[in-house]
This record gives sequence, C-alpha cells and structure tokens, in this order.
Amino acid sequence: MTEVGRNGTDDKARYALERARIDASCRLPTLVWICSGVIWLLIGSTLALFASIKLHSPEWLFPDVSWLTFGRVRAAHLSSVALGWSFSMAIAVSIWQMCRLARCEMIYPKMLIVAAVIWNIGMVVGVVGILIGYGQSVEWLDMPPVVAPFLVTGLGIVAAWTVATFRNRREPHVYVTQWYLLGAMFWMPWLYVTAVLVIFGLDITLLGMNLRFSPATGVVQATTNWWFNHNVLGLWLTPVGVGTAYYLIPKVIGRPVYSYYLSVIGFWALALFYSWAGMHHLIGGPIPAWMASASIVGSMMMLIPVAAVALNHHMTMRGHFHHLRYSPTLRFVVFGAIAYTAVSVQGAFESLKSFSEIAHFTHYTVAHAHLGVYGFYAMIMFGATYYIVPRLTGREWASGRMIRWHFWLTAIGITLYFVSLSIGGWYQGLALIDANIPFIRIVRGTVPYLMSRSVAGILMTIGHVIFATLVVMNVCGFGRSRSGPTLFVEKRVTSVYEPAALSV
Amino acid sequence: MDRGMVIFLGALLTFTSSWLGLVLLPLLPANSTYPVLSALRVQYQEPFIEDQGGVVTSYPRPLSGSALRGKAIYQQNGCMYCHSQQIRPENFGNNADIKRGWATRRTVPRDYIYDKPIMLGTMRTGPDLANIGVRGYYADWHHKHLYDPRMMVPGSVMPRFRFLYEKRKIVGEPSIDAIELTGKWKADLEAGYEIVPTGDAKDLVAYLLSQDRTTVALPEARE
Repeated sequence: MTEVGRNGTDDKARYALERARIDASCRLPTLVWICSGVIWLLIGSTLALFASIKLHSPEWLFPDVSWLTFGRVRAAHLSSVALGWSFSMAIAVSIWQMCRLARCEMIYPKMLIVAAVIWNIGMVVGVVGILIGYGQSVEWLDMPPVVAPFLVTGLGIVAAWTVATFRNRREPHVYVTQWYLLGAMFWMPWLYVTAVLVIFGLDITLLGMNLRFSPATGVVQATTNWWFNHNVLGLWLTPVGVGTAYYLIPKVIGRPVYSYYLSVIGFWALALFYSWAGMHHLIGGPIPAWMASASIVGSMMMLIPVAAVALNHHMTMRGHFHHLRYSPTLRFVVFGAIAYTAVSVQGAFESLKSFSEIAHFTHYTVAHAHLGVYGFYAMIMFGATYYIVPRLTGREWASGRMIRWHFWLTAIGITLYFVSLSIGGWYQGLALIDANIPFIRIVRGTVPYLMSRSVAGILMTIGHVIFATLVVMNVCGFGRSRSGPTLFVEKRVTSVYEPAALSV
Repeated sequence: MDRGMVIFLGALLTFTSSWLGLVLLPLLPANSTYPVLSALRVQYQEPFIEDQGGVVTSYPRPLSGSALRGKAIYQQNGCMYCHSQQIRPENFGNNADIKRGWATRRTVPRDYIYDKPIMLGTMRTGPDLANIGVRGYYADWHHKHLYDPRMMVPGSVMPRFRFLYEKRKIVGEPSIDAIELTGKWKADLEAGYEIVPTGDAKDLVAYLLSQDRTTVALPEARE
C-alpha cells in the first residue's frame, strides 16, 4: 500500500493527484467492461427468472417455443452470468486495480476495448447459439465451440496486458491483490484452452497446415470438464473476488491489512489445493477412485487458505465495523467476504462422502453454487463498481436510497435463495436415497422451495435493475454531483475518505 | 529472484500439478511402460468383447443412424440438466439407484467410451436415464410423455416438447405413427386431427431406447 507521507498534507495531495491521473487514464476501457458486465447481468437475470419459473410451472412462459425450453434457457443463463457478467466484471476491476497498484497510468487502453468487443461478439454468438439449438451440453462450455477463438483472443489480450502493466509498474512493492490478479490472469487462459482442446478437440487448416487434436473419449471428458469448471470458480473468480476485497476493505476504512503472512498462506494454499478439488462434482460417478479421493483431500485442505483469508479480513475490519452503516462499497464487499467463508466451509464438508451421498444431484448444490458466484462474487463486484465508477466519471452516485434498495433486495434475495433451496434440496436428497419413495413424490416435494427461489430471483432482479439504472445515470451524467461519496445514511463525523469532508 | 518471477513460478508449479495429474495423465493410454502410472489412469478404454459359443458380445457399441441423430436432439435441448446418466455403487445412498430399478449394476468408465459428448449430468430433477432403454418404457410411452409429460405422469414438472410433434389433419387413413392422446388432451384435440412425431422426435426416442448400461455385466463393475 502506498505509505502516508512524512509531510502529511503535501504527500496526501500528491498521491491523490496521482490516483486521479491513473483513474482518468483507466476511464474508457474500465467503463466499457463494466457496461458489458451490467448488460449481461440483466440478460442473465431475465434468463434466470425464465428458468426458475419454468422449473415449477412448466406450462407458463411460452412452453411450446423451442428456444425457450428449460434445458436451453438454463444453459444460456449460466453462460450469460458466468462468462458474460462475471468475466466482464473480473476484467473491469482487475485492469483498474492493476493500474492503481502499479501506480502508473493505463497502457494500451485501446487493446482492452478491442478485447471487450471481441469477447462480446463471442458471447452473443454463443448465447444465441444455445437458445436456437446449438448448445453442447457440456457444463459451463455450452456455447458452440465456434466462439472459442473469440473468447481466447479477448482473454489473451487482457492477460498479456496484465503482465505488461505489471512489468511496467512504478511501485516496487507487490501487494497481495496483485498476486491474486496475476495468478488469475495466468491460470484462466490455460484452463480455457486446455478444456476446449480436450473436450472439443481441434481440426482446422491454417496456412496450408492441418492442425488436429483429437478430443478425449469417455469419462475423461467429464473429469476435464469438472477440473475446468471448478477451477474457473477457484482460480479465476475467487482470486478476483478475494483480491478485490483485499484492496477495497483497507481503502475504505483507511487501515492496512492485518497480516502479511496470513495473506501469503491464503494465496499459496489456494493455488496448491484448489485445483485438485474439482472431481468432487463426480463423487460416486464412473471415475477412478483415486481422483475422487484426491478431490476430497483438496476440498478439505481448502479450509486452510479460507481460514487465513477470513481471519485476515476480520482482523482488518475489527473496530471498524461501524463503517458498514455508511459505505455501500464496504457493505457489499464485507457481505461477499463473509459469504466466501461460508460457501467455502460448506463446500469442504460437502465433498465428504456422507454429505455428498445426500446432497449430490439435488437443488442443494445449486444453492451452494449461487452462494458462491452470487453471495460472494457478485456482491463484491457490486461493491467494487460502487467504488470505482465515481472515480472514473468524477460523478458520485445519484441516490444513496437507490443503493440501499439494491443492497437489501439482493442481500435478502440471495439469503432466501440459499435457505429455501438448501432446505428443499436436502429433503430431496434424503428422499432420493430412500428407494421406497416414488420419484414423482420427491419432485412435488421440491416445488414449494423452487417457488421460493423464484421469489428470491425476482427480488434480486429488481435489485439488478436498480443497479443498472444507477450505473447508466452516473455514466450519462444524470443525478447530482457531490463533493463527497454517496453513503447509505448521512455521516456527521469527519470523513475517513480522501480528501474532502462530507457535504450532504 | 524478483517478486514477479516468484509469483509466476509458484502459480506455474502449483497449477501444473493438477493439470498433469487430472488432465494429461488420463489422456494417455492406460497400458503403458510404467505400471504405477498405468494404475492411476482411467482403465479399460477398449470395448469388452465376450465370445460365448460363437455368440460375440461387444460392448459398448457406438450409436448410429436414428439413435445418433437423437443424441444430438437430447444434447441441444439440455436434457442433461435434469437427468443424470450414471448409476452410483452399492455403498452410496443405501444402494438406492439400483433399488429404484434404475439398473442392476453400477456404471463404470468403460460404459461411456463412445459417448460424445458424455452427459453424466449433475442433477436429478428427473430420474436417471442411464438404462432407460431397458426399463420397460416403449416408444409410444416416450412419445406421449415428450408430447406432454403431465399426460403420463401427473404432477411432472418436465417441459413439454410439443415443438417436436406436428398436429395435422387426417387425410384418408390416420397415420401409423400418430400418438394416442388421453384424458383432457384427447378432448382438446379437434376431430379429424392427429398428432404425429417429427423425425426429430423419432430420433430422440430411438436414442432413449438405445440407453443400456446394465445388461452386459462388465467384470470391473463387480469390484
């Protein structure tokens, strides 16, 4: 972290000016990626509502339209929120943080915009492709393989940019967030290329040369698939989310991270253990026993880095929890960080056989998944947006009240989602392993919980619409310009934010 | 060694371990020079062939013709997202998979060597389909069920696939393929009309009827 200068005010002003210059240089590419994310969030939320409602009320919402059948809508939803929203936001927050932490202005901004365009072409072709009947039925890789070159190129440009920015840095100290982001940018392209080659293969003729790579056969497709899917969560979304929390929490409360050594343990233990855990999605399935066992070991060992991160964040926040009353950024990010601990602990135990026996194949795992990608990741991305956008546009958020609504709708929404599906899924699982219970009875038993999930989804979607409205208002210049940050409620003490005091 | 290099090497080495172990190693052929490595790989990638008095059983068999086209319909419509295609072993969940009549044995890697893509599934919103072809559901049942699941299973939440069926006027004799509706569905159909499966529907049903991962008792499934 940048040190507070010896000559207090002079240095503070100098650093503030430096930050403002960096933010100005980051403006267009970061906003482009954020807008990409927001659009995919709205598309993904709509698809989510369709999928959720169709699951308990299959006669509603155009049951005879082929491109809206549940199987396609569900796959399109996942691609939209996982690859559209989540990836766009990951890139947006990463490029801004890398510039800030390198303490240099953004290099090659146009390349990042080109990457956004290429990425989104791939995404549109992919999601539309799924809906019109070209879905691949490979989890997280449903989009037709023709989009792979677009995604690889877009991601590759951003990854290369990240390395170039790091090497170009002026700040010698390498902050923990940079380890996480560098790790993520290194791992993700490798994961994607490997998965696409192994599962879909390659057969193209380039410049007269025929390049062939035969795809895997049989269960190796499944093991590679789940190695990929799980690592997207843990070696891409998690580093971006946790790294962002490590940056924003100290920024907002004005205190440094509690322990350097805990952050070291947290990062390296994640890197070592996480990538072995992916096979826990196939426990009980037709895979070699050693893979299943390795995945359980990896999953349980994850308790170590998760504890390190949780402890570090908590001790950093200790004595400063009262700021949660005021700061939107902090509230979203801390919610996300707590959800991270919860979902990771749950996940570790979920991999144990006696747990997996019951929870596997049920809505319980869907609840767990959403606690992770939404409760943890999406909430942190919301918090990051609330911090970053005003620093790019020079305009504060138009309404603290709207942010409050966004927070409560999404927080209550994901909590209702998680609780209702976990309970429903657990009962479903207990019934599935009792062969005396007729299957249709089990299905009917889940319906009330699926309906609760739809209610939760409606709350969350309204929250997203409010969020999108706020972003559009800020970017387009609507709303009041303020001299201090937009907070949930008025604050009467002198601000901890830089540099001016509040005026409400 | 500067910080960037430490991060790079560390990220490389930690990641490479799982990439080698979980991805690369299983891709190599099972029977190879090093017995230890051979034991770690996915075993039995060749079909099981049994010759009993001149009757040769080769299992599994790759799909072809109508069933192969039907697999594409299954894939495109995301059936996998509600239906699994794997049977868990006896020590899982009170042996419920087998007790429910979904199979007579667990599934093993060799059952899937010709599955492209493999659609093991991770949800059982609907029943497992690994052996749906040999569980007594005949083609006509499948057509009626796909046309509207609630006609065959009241209370089902499965989507209906009417877009795979054609409603047309009966010209002369009713079609031999026409499906027989019951209850309110029959009442809703106007006189002189029939519901006929499209080629896609017939292919999908052929695929479903081809699903059998239990009749041939693979030796490794008894371990």
